[in-house]
Amino acid sequence: MHSQHIELAGYSGGSMGMALNVHFLHVMKVPIMKQGDYVIASIQSALTDDDLLHLRDGLTSHVGRYRSKGVIVDVTALDVMDSFATRTLRDLAQTVRLRGAKTIIVGIQPEVAFAMVQLGLELGEVGTALDLEEALEWLQHECR
Amino acid sequence: MNAVETHVEGGCAIPIVRDTDVVAARLAARALATRVGFTGTDLVLIASVVSEVARNIVAYAGPGELLLSIVQDRSRTGVQVIARDHGPGIADLSRALEKGFSTSRSLGLGLPGSKRFMDEFCLESALGIGTTVTMRKWLS
Repeated sequence: MHSQHIELAGYSGGSMGMALNVHFLHVMKVPIMKQGDYVIASIQSALTDDDLLHLRDGLTSHVGRYRSKGVIVDVTALDVMDSFATRTLRDLAQTVRLRGAKTIIVGIQPEVAFAMVQLGLELGEVGTALDLEEALEWLQHECR
Repeated sequence: MNAVETHVEGGCAIPIVRDTDVVAARLAARALATRVGFTGTDLVLIASVVSEVARNIVAYAGPGELLLSIVQDRSRTGVQVIARDHGPGIADLSRALEKGFSTSRSLGLGLPGSKRFMDEFCLESALGIGTTVTMRKWLS
């Protein structure tokens, strides 16, 4: 896997003034960002099946390496959630769950949601949220 | 399938060999459907259906091609999607259209889901010769 780590030294965030180490590693087209106990993948464009599999594998190994407790996948920019994308995200959630982490999908667009229902595609037990803020709240609640 | 329609301009043929072609196909389908006047969920559904049939070609039967065109009959306009390959063919057509049936890495919802959404759907296959899926969605 092609990866690149950049430590953002000296960056501090949060009201407690705690240092926030953010790692970026590029798994094909999807940047993965580590934030505390969570890992956030933000899909930026339409993805091929291989891109999706790389994303799944990248996130799974990231959870193992950093002992992340939660995975957030932002699919706002995804053009479709077809059977392959749905299955890959379900597999991802199941795999990282076996390693002790929760997965939540954010940003499913309304027309994409309607299309998934019409095609009979289900995300199973994967958590979903409207946006990143809601996803972080959910994880904080789930991972307590 | 109805024989009354005429094909109008704006069609395209996309070779389907690898998974990047699947993305190209669904983006082209979405663009064509937008020109016809489809919006919102219909655009996503048309793109999803094209994604499923194009993926089938890559997974089972590549290379193949996807033919997209605008169709018109007396009173309505629509998009036509033809996915064609010269692969091994499908042994059991009715099984391929069953929900949950898959011989590869999908959910087995591709063809049945597509059939349900499209207005016209025709699956033809001959063992050792290839498979052609022809579908139409009319703008209502």
